[in-house]
Amino acid sequence: MGRLGQVVPTTVGALVLVFLLMRVLPGDPAAAMLGTNATAQGVADLRAQLGLDKSIPEQFVEYVWGLARLDLGRSLALRAPVTSLLAQALGPTLLLTIGGTLVSVLIGVPLGILAAVKRGRWTDYLASTSALLGISVPVFVWGVLLLRAFSLQWPILPSAGAGSTPVEILKALILPSIATGFFQAGLVARITRSSMLSILANDYVRTAKAKGLGAPAVIGNHALRNALIPVITVIGLNLGTLLGGAVVAETVFTRPGLGRLILDAIAARDYPVIQGVMIVSVVFVVVLNLFVDMLYGAADPRVRA
Amino acid sequence: MSSSASDHKRVLRRLGATVLGNPFVGVSLIFIVLITLLAVVVAQLPLPNPTEQSVLFRLKPPSAEHVLGTDRLGRDILSRILWGARLSLLVGVGVVALSATLGTLLGIVAGYFKGWPSELVLRLTDILLAFPPLILGMVTVTILGNNLLTVVLAISVGVVPRFARVARGTILAIRERDYVEAARALGASTPRIVVQHVLLNAVDPLIVLCTLLVPTAILTEALLSFLGLGITEPTPTWGNMINAGQLVLVEAPWLSTFPALAIVLTVLAFNLLGDANRDALDPAVRDVGAPVPSLDASVQPVKTRASSEPAAVPS
Repeated sequence: MGRLGQVVPTTVGALVLVFLLMRVLPGDPAAAMLGTNATAQGVADLRAQLGLDKSIPEQFVEYVWGLARLDLGRSLALRAPVTSLLAQALGPTLLLTIGGTLVSVLIGVPLGILAAVKRGRWTDYLASTSALLGISVPVFVWGVLLLRAFSLQWPILPSAGAGSTPVEILKALILPSIATGFFQAGLVARITRSSMLSILANDYVRTAKAKGLGAPAVIGNHALRNALIPVITVIGLNLGTLLGGAVVAETVFTRPGLGRLILDAIAARDYPVIQGVMIVSVVFVVVLNLFVDMLYGAADPRVRA
Repeated sequence: MSSSASDHKRVLRRLGATVLGNPFVGVSLIFIVLITLLAVVVAQLPLPNPTEQSVLFRLKPPSAEHVLGTDRLGRDILSRILWGARLSLLVGVGVVALSATLGTLLGIVAGYFKGWPSELVLRLTDILLAFPPLILGMVTVTILGNNLLTVVLAISVGVVPRFARVARGTILAIRERDYVEAARALGASTPRIVVQHVLLNAVDPLIVLCTLLVPTAILTEALLSFLGLGITEPTPTWGNMINAGQLVLVEAPWLSTFPALAIVLTVLAFNLLGDANRDALDPAVRDVGAPVPSLDASVQPVKTRASSEPAAVPS
């Protein structure tokens, strides 16, 4: 309940900020949308169509009323309701975010454990260097490299689109997920290593070893579960960054999704769509963070108390 | 004060030992100094103009004349990379300067003063942290226009709340120290306590955070220009160079490869240096001082108070 008490004002505040960003900052959206050749009458008409000719409080009431009815206006460039455009784009982006998280966990957690268990040895050195390299290579560089290798040089995976059949969807998901996941895997590996190291220094780990338990049992049953809490935190806290990575991967791999939607909207100065994507990404981050908080309880029963 | 001076000497000695002890860190430092120098003096170097086009030299592979080759408009890649370095480093420094100033101020308000000012700052940072930083940056640049200043602003909007959160944590820990209590008991004024006792002792961890934020800023700038939203052509940036090279990825891979290498090496060097810096200032090996933030706590959003304090969970 306490957590919900924090989430609600944060979300409301963020939604108010979206409204202010789009209206209070300098620059006239209508003039920007119509470009340099616009007539004064054309700009005035568009301002009326967007509701920008009304006062800020009036616009705010409309905005809140629209949010309450899940009506985020119409896209001027695509001539469709923003809500339906968002609904179409959310699925592929959500899939990509899940794919990226999976890749980051599958690579990052074992790498971090390996580095911690073999602390100070060459394995640790190699794993830590790989993790550092992971967080130093931007998503689009991974994307361009993967695209060049597996779509252009050896065309085994698609270079564009999100697929329509389950097999196609999965194939189209592989490269973008790796591109977004690699960067995150570096972070996950680093936090897993430092978290494992502090757990391995605990008395109960020494006790488990003294009882004669083998390394897999000590690490799997005693250390890992406790070490995972900060790892879950990092994954949760990075969902926003991961969503940003998905936006970039969508560009490199010409994939439909929120990233493509907002980029096209920015190019066309389609303000209702830009506003819609911001609203969805805020809700996405807040809701998934709430979900991650619930995961703590599953990983560590003490948090439930 | 003398003990603080000797602490700083000890930290410097440790920092020196870390840099000299690890060849990679030493090499990183040399690389950063070198690329900074090159970026500063690039206008004086005997290189072609980065925006000068030449139909005759379109898409030429690396050669003696054009060491890193030319792009689709016949522009020299090396020259463009070095001019791009100037921009990337300026953005890195600009973002850190702006975010560190604002973030520290907010961190002091939220960490030192209790009651509504602290609550207000925490709420505001919570709200900003709910936005994916890249999307916030993209929209800010779209609204404000794209030039160096607006790109710095757009990236800082996402960094300031993260900096403020870490600064708050650091200051919160320092404000409970005995020497702060003693200064208060001796009747020192609040500004004096904040500046002389709290802020001076928070300098080390905040410097570490700054070192670790430079690569984040450089990466975000590269992402924005890659997406065509940061500083755009014909001004060279590493991000927009890679974007332009994407069209001829197979025929002319040098167009994207060299700027990509420039990003990776620079970010890697800053990350290595930041890590070394943190290790040298780590309270686990250093007996005095404030808690030192880690990269992994600095680059990602510290979403809410509940989730920003995993240490509260007994382990």
